[in-house]
Amino acid sequence: MEGCGEDGQVKLLGVAYSPFVVRVRIALALKGIHYELIEENIQNKSELLLQSNPVHKKIPVLIHNGKSVCESMIIVQYIEEKWEKKAPNVVPKDPYDQSIARFWVAFIDDKFIPSILGVFKGEGEEKQKAVEESVANLVLLEEALSGKGYFGGDEIGLVDVALGGLLATVQTIERVTDSVIIDTQKLPLLSTWVHKFCKAEGVKEVLPDPAKLFEFLSEIRAKFTSPPTGN
Amino acid sequence: MEGCGEDGQVKLLGVAYSQFVVRVRIALALKGIHYEFIEEDIQNKSELLLQSNPVHKKIPVLIHNGKPVCESMIIVQYIEEAWDRKAPFLMPRDPYDRAIARFWAAFIEDKVIPSIVGAFKGQGEEQQKAVEESVANLLLLEEVLRSTGKAYFGGDGIGLVDIALGGLLVPIQTVEKVTNIVLIDAQKTPLLSAWADQFCKADKVKEALPDRAEFFVRLSARRAKLTSPPLAN
Repeated sequence: MEGCGEDGQVKLLGVAYSPFVVRVRIALALKGIHYELIEENIQNKSELLLQSNPVHKKIPVLIHNGKSVCESMIIVQYIEEKWEKKAPNVVPKDPYDQSIARFWVAFIDDKFIPSILGVFKGEGEEKQKAVEESVANLVLLEEALSGKGYFGGDEIGLVDVALGGLLATVQTIERVTDSVIIDTQKLPLLSTWVHKFCKAEGVKEVLPDPAKLFEFLSEIRAKFTSPPTGN
Repeated sequence: MEGCGEDGQVKLLGVAYSQFVVRVRIALALKGIHYEFIEEDIQNKSELLLQSNPVHKKIPVLIHNGKPVCESMIIVQYIEEAWDRKAPFLMPRDPYDRAIARFWAAFIEDKVIPSIVGAFKGQGEEQQKAVEESVANLLLLEEVLRSTGKAYFGGDGIGLVDIALGGLLVPIQTVEKVTNIVLIDAQKTPLLSAWADQFCKADKVKEALPDRAEFFVRLSARRAKLTSPPLAN
C-alpha cells in the first residue's frame, strides 16, 4: 500500500505548485520514503486539513501514523530526525554547523521570500526595488555557498532544501514579471547550484510543471496589476 | 576567568532589556554556563557586533570559542545541542515532540510577538483589534497547557517554548501596565497566568529577567511618543 510499510503510514496534504510542499517532497524523496500525496483544494479545504492544522489551516501538513506535523521546514527537520538512520542526512551533526544552517533557513524565510513576493505583487518602481532586494539577498546566499557544491557541502542539506523548494516559483516569477532575479553574472555560483540542484536525484521528480505554474501565477499576477488603461 | 573553562570561551553580545537577549540568558543560566556579557550600544554598534552578525547587525549574538551564533531561538537550540550532556534538557528527545515544540516557538515568533507589538503601538480600533488577536493567540497557548496538564510547555521542566514565551513576559506585562489593557487574563487564561508567575519566580530565570521598573520607564516613554498629539500650528 502506498504510504505504508516500514516507514509507517505517511500522508502529505498539499498542492503540487506550492514551494513549501515541494520542500517536503524533496526531503521525503531524498530519504526514499513512500507517502500518499493528498491534493488539497485551497478554496475548499478538507476536514482532514482543518483538523490536522487547526491553528494555521495551511499546507503542507505531514501526517505520520496519524500524527500531524506542520510548517515546511519543521516537517523537513522532523523527517530528518525520525529517519535519522536513513541516508542522506540533511542536518549537520555539529551544533555550530546546525546553527549556521538554521540561520540561512531563517534568512530565506524571513528576508528572501518577502522580497520575492514584493517582485510578484509589485509594479514599476516598487517592483524594481523588490528585485534589487531579492538580488541582494541572493548575493548573501552566494557568499554562504562559496567553494561548495551544495550549501550542505558535498550533499544536499537543509539550506539547499529550503531554497531549492522555491526555485520553480522564483523562476516562474521571473518570467511572469519579466525580471531577472537569479542573475548569472551577479550570481555565478548560485546559478551553477540552481542547475545542479534541479537535476539532482529526488529533486527533479517533484518539481512542479513549469507550464502549469506559469499559467497559475500569471492568473494571480493579473489580479494584482493594474489593467491597461483604455482611453 | 569569566566565560572560560570547561565550557570554553562564551561571550554574549546584547542589551539587558531585549527580550531576545533575555531568552538566551535564561538558557545559559539554566545550563549553568559561565559567560561574559558584553553590553552593546544600539546607537553605536561595536566592531565585534558588526563582524559577528554582518547580515543583520543585531543582538543577541553568542560567540562560543570565537564562533558567532545569531538569532535568539537559534542560539537557544545551539546551547541545547552544544551542551547536550548538561541538564536540564531544553528540547524533548522524540522527533514528534520536537516538531511540536518548534511549531509553538514559531507561532510565538510569527503570531504572538506581532500581535503584542500591535497592541503596544496601536490606538483606538487598531489597538483593539491587536488586543483581540493577542488574546486569541494566548488562548491557543493556554489550550496547549490544558491538553498536556503539565506545569511547563516543556513538561515538568522549562523547555524551548517556555523560553521563547518566557523571555517576553516582562515586556508583555509592562505593555499591559503602560497601555492599561489585559493580555494574560487570569480568568480567560488561568493556566497561562499561573505559568507566567511560576516562570518568573523559577531559579536561574529570575536573575536573567530585565529590571521591571527600568522597562516600564522605557516603554512609557516610547508609548508617549507614539501617542503624542500632533503639534498645533
